[in-house]
Amino acid sequence: MNIEHVQGKKAGKLMLYALSTCGHCRNTRKLLTDLGVEYDYLYVDLLQGQEKEQAIAMVEKWNPDCSFPTLVINDSKCIVGFKEADIKEALKL
Amino acid sequence: MSEMDSISPQEIVRAYEKYKKDAVAGGYNINPDAEFTKGLISGLLVNQSRYGYPSCPCRLAMGNKQDDLDIICPCDYRDGDVVKYGACYCALYVSQAVLEGRQPVQSIPESRPPRAERKKQAARAVDLDWSKLPLPVWRCKVCGYLCARDGPPEVCPICKAKKDRFERFI
Ligand code: SF4
Repeated sequence: MNIEHVQGKKAGKLMLYALSTCGHCRNTRKLLTDLGVEYDYLYVDLLQGQEKEQAIAMVEKWNPDCSFPTLVINDSKCIVGFKEADIKEALKL
Repeated sequence: MSEMDSISPQEIVRAYEKYKKDAVAGGYNINPDAEFTKGLISGLLVNQSRYGYPSCPCRLAMGNKQDDLDIICPCDYRDGDVVKYGACYCALYVSQAVLEGRQPVQSIPESRPPRAERKKQAARAVDLDWSKLPLPVWRCKVCGYLCARDGPPEVCPICKAKKDRFERFI
């Protein structure tokens, strides 16, 4: 699976499930980049077949609607949607 | 080069002007944040070439038209979300209050039911026992237009959605 890594300062383990075509996902990536934190992201719309189903199952575990962006923080907390204040608070920034 | 980068700026501007014109003609507004809106329109153009139909840029398409029909833009959820939240899920279409800057666009919850629930609804729709009317009534799932005739029109006369976006209403 093509998980991309973005370098930055450590603010926990951040995994962003996103769509390459989505405006709120783009805004979320921009926010994380502007905050300068390290994170991983996966564009689920670019996957096919078995990989796509696997990614859907991973997102549904955190967010049953399987909507995007879904940001999983430290394998323990999940923020759905472009929620700037919530993301900053969760990252203590 | 990513699919999003493969669309020319001219193509985006052309599509943007068309979306804007069609929206206004139908009594809708597109998001006044032109840069954001053009990003969504690029996503729609990518999906058009990727799937063969302009699936919602902010939702995961399965690439099978029957499964994605309700999220072909404009999706079945646009009108309800614009009324409730001031914007459609992607924030491509916005209310008059948002357009005039009287209401901010916030993160909007997903109105589309999850996959398992959609499957159940589809099964239920087939089970309905239609009433005895001289003609069936068809409803456009995009804009709510109703008509009583043997079958739905090829194109919705109000919002231009295609025939496959109609459901039997009564
Ligand atoms: S109307 Fe808005 S939410 Fe619906 S498909 Fe189009 S861009 Fe997406």
